Amino acid sequence: MSEKSALVHDLEQVVEPTHVVWRPEDLLVYEYDGSIDRNNPGAVVVPSSVEQISEIIKIARKHNAPVVPRGAGTGLSGGAISMEGAVVLALTRLNKVLEIDKENRVAIVEPGVVNLELGQAVAPYGLQYVPDPSSQSACTIGGNVGENAGGPHCLAYGVTTNHVLGMEVVLADGTVTWLGGDAREVPGYDLRGVFIGSEGTLAVVTKVAVRLVPQPEAIRTMVAAFSSVEAASETVADIVASGVIPGAVEMIDRLCIEAVEPAFHPGYPEDAQAILLVEVDGLRETVAEQAELVEELCRKHGTTDWRTAEDEEERETLWASRKKALGALGRLAPNYYLIDGVIPPTRLPETMSKINALSDELEIPIANVLHAGDGNLHPCILFDSRQPEQVEKALIAGGRILEMCVEVGGALSGEHGIGLEKQGYLPLVFTDEDLEAMARLKPAFGAAGMFNPGKIFPTDEQREGIPHAAIMQRLTSDMVI
Amino acid sequence: MATDSRQASSGTRPSNFRGPDVPAPEDMYKCVHCGFCLQSCPTYLETGLEAESPRGRIALMKAVEEGRTEITPAIVGHWDKCLQCRACEVVCPSGVPYGRLMEATRANVETVFKRGFKQRRARNMGFNGVLPNTKRLNRIGGMFRFYQNSGLQTVARKTRAVRLAPGGSLEKFLPRLSDNFFIASGQIIRPEGEVRARVALLGGCVMRLTHAPTLDAVTRVLARNGVEVYVPETQGCCGALNAHSGERESARDMARKNIDAFLEVETDAIIVAAAGCGSTMKEYDDLLANDPEYAEKAADVAERTRDIHEFLAELGFEAPTGSLATKGKDLKVTYQDSCHLGHAQQITAPPRQLLNSIPGVEFVEMEESLICCGSAGTYSLIEQEMSQRLGRRKSNNIVASGAAVVATANPGCVIQMEQALERAGEGTQVRYVIDLLDESYQIADDTN
Ligand SMILES: Cc1cc2nc3c(=O)[nH]c(=O)nc-3n(C[C@H](O)[C@H](O)[C@H](O)COP(=O)(O)OP(=O)(O)OC[C@H]3O[C@@H](n4cnc5c(N)ncnc54)[C@H](O)[C@@H]3O)c2cc1C
Ligand code: SF4
Ligand code: SF4
Repeated sequence: MSEKSALVHDLEQVVEPTHVVWRPEDLLVYEYDGSIDRNNPGAVVVPSSVEQISEIIKIARKHNAPVVPRGAGTGLSGGAISMEGAVVLALTRLNKVLEIDKENRVAIVEPGVVNLELGQAVAPYGLQYVPDPSSQSACTIGGNVGENAGGPHCLAYGVTTNHVLGMEVVLADGTVTWLGGDAREVPGYDLRGVFIGSEGTLAVVTKVAVRLVPQPEAIRTMVAAFSSVEAASETVADIVASGVIPGAVEMIDRLCIEAVEPAFHPGYPEDAQAILLVEVDGLRETVAEQAELVEELCRKHGTTDWRTAEDEEERETLWASRKKALGALGRLAPNYYLIDGVIPPTRLPETMSKINALSDELEIPIANVLHAGDGNLHPCILFDSRQPEQVEKALIAGGRILEMCVEVGGALSGEHGIGLEKQGYLPLVFTDEDLEAMARLKPAFGAAGMFNPGKIFPTDEQREGIPHAAIMQRLTSDMVI
Repeated sequence: MATDSRQASSGTRPSNFRGPDVPAPEDMYKCVHCGFCLQSCPTYLETGLEAESPRGRIALMKAVEEGRTEITPAIVGHWDKCLQCRACEVVCPSGVPYGRLMEATRANVETVFKRGFKQRRARNMGFNGVLPNTKRLNRIGGMFRFYQNSGLQTVARKTRAVRLAPGGSLEKFLPRLSDNFFIASGQIIRPEGEVRARVALLGGCVMRLTHAPTLDAVTRVLARNGVEVYVPETQGCCGALNAHSGERESARDMARKNIDAFLEVETDAIIVAAAGCGSTMKEYDDLLANDPEYAEKAADVAERTRDIHEFLAELGFEAPTGSLATKGKDLKVTYQDSCHLGHAQQITAPPRQLLNSIPGVEFVEMEESLICCGSAGTYSLIEQEMSQRLGRRKSNNIVASGAAVVATANPGCVIQMEQALERAGEGTQVRYVIDLLDESYQIADDTN
């Protein structure tokens, strides 16, 4: 499409031409998100108001063009990647915090507000927004709602759905409506819960009312080094079994340490095979008690190095080393394929061993960084997308890890969603009847054929053939524009 | 991953980067498109467009490298919009050397891509004609000064006559020039007491014309702190503007000339007061890595180059005692991190330390002090629209801080912020950190 289509002409009547993207080379920057996948959109539009969005939906409808909402494009399951020539609707310009209600601890924000910026906006009031994905310096609240995002501190306080009170959405016919509570109480079904985590397949979220909580009175951040991943995993299983629920329990392994040490200089011991980052927060006395217990358990499992962050600066360095660990993997390989599987935390030790064995067997490096406390694995398979054999190996390894998770009673995704990445694996956990029941949701909202096509549900080929074949095909095809 | 740069890094197509200066594939494939750089990028913040973001610009490099697209005018447009402020480089967890990538990309564009006539003329005039030539700069500088002081400027502005001159509305971007230029003539400025260090000083090309008194202040401040200052006569422009615009060959010539000038005499450090020049000189080793004769000397100069604030903080400076308060009221000062100091050289604490040490200064931080003001060397001339938008954003933040003075560390930033504040009708003063420090020293002397 090197000429403007009729659709693009119409879009330019609503949004300034600088923010309607249609030249093939300009579309190249919207073919990816944070995942390994890629595909070309039909066009991209970057509106600046809800009214424009409603108009865009109507225009898209008229031209039979589906629409994909997009936040910052940091998603890890391909949620914001356009299939079937869909128009990408990027919400980056709707980035205002509209209202902070200190008394009732509620903020109303536009969907393009970046997670960290919401945190910064409410901090002066002694408040915080809890879900803190590691990508929080980039990802948007709209994207968090789309994926029902989690984060290190969701262990004790719950993920996005526990912190969103209500939202404004634009439906498939262009209607603007409010779902859930707070801004206006609406009687009837709690549709809010249905839309959170729907990966942009049901509507465009245009405003979000979020719950805020007071900042904790005290925080203690602790780091423990271990000489094996197993020892660290056993420690986590013990912490969870003890009944203490720390604010966060995170783990990174040797390969990850190699990436973050030169990037952030957290000063981890050179011989450490795994690092646990544990944070407890709350009332001063409870924090002291819990910290003591955590230390005891780490020592019981033979931690080789133990320290507590002395000040806010050290705490920040430690968290940067964890939260930016994925990005730092670029120092080791051009691409990482992150598997978001979940397992019961008690099964961590054996599963981590199995992942290590898989890496040896397939001769492909796997770096582990995980929300260990809730058993949310993030093995990152390192590869080079320019080498087809490596792509295939990475995809095979990913599939094997997902199977491992399901075998021990876990789930396919902890927080990154299904998207394009895991749709082929859904039959591992759902029967055909389950899938059909779920698929009825989309038409119920009139969104069939309208929002984010080709996502979440397995295609017939994927059911019958190799689950990752489609991704492999896209990644190795010579996509010249 | 080392790849033959002429062979595309993936698939079977040849790379569309050609010629001697190509961006290194191993640099661009360090980017894992995590998006962590998006919010640091001024052009992305302004537009919300992925193509105007670091991740987008790198994706376009990858696409050209993989032979998936030619270098088209649209792509060049996105690269041209990059300020090379390098805010993205600082926040990138993966260590993508963005500054190096973009410089090489620009260099490649200049060899491979055919720009339109108008664009070519504007660029050539500056890069190959004026900047490398000190005499010519002095002469043009003289003309500009005459023009500004003679009142012609006011007339021209009123009648809009300058708009008709070649180069269009260039006039309104002309900075005011100093009354006397700072001339590098091999002079040596000696401290009164014990000599703690011997340094050579870069005069720079723009700064010695526009902010000569600041360079004098630099020599006074250094001398007061026991530093002997030598100003090599044969020095010239450092080549920063050329290098950033992809004019790498002329930049290399200028670097060689400066290296000779600064290695003539043995000194402890080479002091630079303009952040943009400092960052370029600290990267001379990169620029001349493939020059067998100069590579080592370039590394030597790079290693010894120090920003003035950095140097004073390292050396330990005499605490200023003259108060800048007026009528018992502290002077409210905020600080704008010049990109080439804050990002390229990652020096953020020393200028603040200097400001905080001055009595009668109430230091306040403004929002977005690490976001580029839109000056970015020749950017303000070539990408006027974006430059002015960023100028407005900056002046809004300055005004919101409530400061009476905004201090900074680079001539381009001073000029840009002065113009932005003037356009906004604000009276906030723009000063160099060093000028404020010097003023405090002087006040102390005067009262004694
Ligand atoms: C380095 C790194 C670390 C990460 N760490 C975490 C982590 O700790 N926890 C975690 O949960 N995730 C993490 N992620 C994944 C990702 O950041 C989250 O999924 C995030 O919520 C995506 O936000 P986004 O703004 O980038 O959305 P996008 O990627 O642009 O979109 C994500 C999905 O939401 C939909 N969507 C976006 N905006 C809207 C809207 N306004 N209305 C309707 N649908 C919308 C899209 O269609 C898409 O399906 C990480 C990603 C990276 C790259
Ligand atoms: S932060 Fe670095 S790795 Fe991440 S997208 Fe930006 S340049 Fe690429
Ligand atoms: S150098 Fe500055 S303008 Fe250019 S991409 Fe990086 S942050 Fe954006």
